[in-house]
Amino acid sequence: MKLERFYGILIPILSIILGIAVGAIVMIAGGYDAGEGFYQLYYGIFGEPYSIGETLRATAPLIFAGLAVAFAFRTGLFNIGVEGQVLVGWMVAVWIGISFDLPTAIHLPLALIGAGLAGALWAAVPGVLKAVFHVHEVITSIMMNYIALYLTNDILRRYIGITNERTETVKESASLASTFLSELTDFSRLHNGIFVAVLAAAVFWFILWKTTLGYELRAVGFNKSAAEYAGMSVKRNIVLSFVISGVFAGLAGAMEGLGTFQNMTLNASFTGVGFDGIAVALLGANNPIGVVLAALLFAGLNIGGLSMQQVGIPPELIKIIIAFIIIFVASGYAIRLVIDRFTTKKDMAKTSKGAGK
Amino acid sequence: MKKKSLLALAATGFAMSSVLAACGGDEKESNGGSGGEKDSFKVGMVTDTGGVDDKSFNQSAWEGLTKFGKENDLKEGTGYKYLQSAKQSDYQPNLQQLARAKYDLILGIGFLMAEDINKVATQFKDNNFAIVDMVVEQPNVASIVFKEQEGSFLVGVVAGLTTKTDKVGFVGGVNSDLIKKFESGFKAGVKAVNPEAEVLVQYAEDFNAAEKGQAIASGMYGKKADIIYHAAGGTGVGVFTEAKNRKKNGEEVWVIGVDRDQVEEGMPENVTLTSMVKRVDIAVEKVAKDTKDGKFPGGKIVEFGLQDGGVDIAPSKDNISEDILTKVDEYKKKMMDGEIKVPATDDEYKAYEASL
Repeated sequence: MKLERFYGILIPILSIILGIAVGAIVMIAGGYDAGEGFYQLYYGIFGEPYSIGETLRATAPLIFAGLAVAFAFRTGLFNIGVEGQVLVGWMVAVWIGISFDLPTAIHLPLALIGAGLAGALWAAVPGVLKAVFHVHEVITSIMMNYIALYLTNDILRRYIGITNERTETVKESASLASTFLSELTDFSRLHNGIFVAVLAAAVFWFILWKTTLGYELRAVGFNKSAAEYAGMSVKRNIVLSFVISGVFAGLAGAMEGLGTFQNMTLNASFTGVGFDGIAVALLGANNPIGVVLAALLFAGLNIGGLSMQQVGIPPELIKIIIAFIIIFVASGYAIRLVIDRFTTKKDMAKTSKGAGK
Repeated sequence: MKKKSLLALAATGFAMSSVLAACGGDEKESNGGSGGEKDSFKVGMVTDTGGVDDKSFNQSAWEGLTKFGKENDLKEGTGYKYLQSAKQSDYQPNLQQLARAKYDLILGIGFLMAEDINKVATQFKDNNFAIVDMVVEQPNVASIVFKEQEGSFLVGVVAGLTTKTDKVGFVGGVNSDLIKKFESGFKAGVKAVNPEAEVLVQYAEDFNAAEKGQAIASGMYGKKADIIYHAAGGTGVGVFTEAKNRKKNGEEVWVIGVDRDQVEEGMPENVTLTSMVKRVDIAVEKVAKDTKDGKFPGGKIVEFGLQDGGVDIAPSKDNISEDILTKVDEYKKKMMDGEIKVPATDDEYKAYEASL
């Protein structure tokens, strides 16, 4: 039964393979050349320095969004409100970025902290509602997404100022842009945010596994009643978990606001970063390294998917592949059953053979 | 038994992967091949997040490009093609993709892509770019803009002659230079034929807020305006909704559509009086053709007005009387002859009003 230990890795990998296989079937069914499609996908991710840069650029916000979902999940909470927290974080980051004149050493951290706090504040609402009134966090956090979407648009228009549906560009002192990284990757929009994101994954690990707070949070996640019995405040931990999750989500917004776009546009619909974060956390098994790897994969698929249009394959196909990967991960239990059946039979066969001798 | 089936599975796997590899190899070669033929013209466009079937801008642009491609015996996918953007962050990778594939002309559809075009055009100085509805100042970018004021003037003439209450309305999306062109042209058209008429003007400050459009329309119709011209994208949907509701209750109200023939939006109550059409397809086709003929208007602003069919009054005219249509043609001729200069800004409109 040594396989047990590898399930954590095996199931995501199998799911990815199966997801891609379904993608191939869909391509063939749609009359496209799957071989060409996958070649373009591969080329679109690794083919040129530019595409590698863009993939890494798209990875940064996904890491943050994935960490946000995973963090709450470790306390047994579903933060479906990452999308809204991303938006408020994005807005505050841009607002700080355009309205102050400060040296980089102060301005950039200030903008990042502002984004994190905004996300935290937004996430605190479902957290408190859950802790105090036992309102289900899935419902409240989803609804907070809509409030965030329309409120940010309104604040952008009313107070921050919009020309041609976008704000001004953030000042250089608050920007995450890096000429070095950009030139290294043939003028992609890769920015320093990727380092911040990886650092955040380390912080995620540190909080959860190296601090008393993290121990408590995880204890609440494992068993609320037991945690309470052991003298931990479940309410406090629920709110804290949401708040910290919100910080990660707000920073995902800062990646877009201070990195990718350097401004904020009026959003007619959700950015999708927060929802992709759920998928990233799921595939990454709520583990910081897993989240980073899953974010890389999804960013790669999204960017590489654009190249599939070169051979006429609609980029929506990538969404089908991602959806199937998620379905397979979510049904990991079924995969586990299948593996179990095969291995136990083999084991039994072995032992019976052994016994025969 | 078990081992055999496992082996078979592995074998199939190998076969599959070698097939994939083979395909990959072929693709690479064919890619290299098509890049080698220097004389074949390649033109591509990048849609904004609306997609190529948005029944508006992107679709119109693609229709123009398709027409151009067919006329020049280009193949879809290699000679002319579009790339779809799912998110705003996809604009740049998509533009880059076409630039790297050495497309001779790369079109960005919609002003939201302005910054991205600006950046990619600076990096790829040998490629030609074009942007619709915005001016990007780069030597290798052609800026395609329209004289919306001229088309708006024509529908203004229709409104001025059709109104029974001598009151008409204008609903703008966002108060900007672009939408001011619609407003100024419309007001000028109304006043030209009906100096008594009053034009109510309101901006929704949003292109995607149907509920705001409906509220504004309700206010205007309430103040006895009987025709509303909207230049407000998705917000205009609300104007149609309000007009249809009122028409159901027996009120005689009309909407004038924008960008394309919006007669369907007014059905089944039939509230679309006419529409101001903006022919993105004609503009795209023209710029593609010029580029192919070696006359790429780089660094220039290419304006499309009545003269070249860039703007016009919609073809469906069932709700307009013959007399009014004759008037419209009269004014069309005057504009083309340069007898009337249609105002495009607030200042120009003031001067125009004073001259009446």
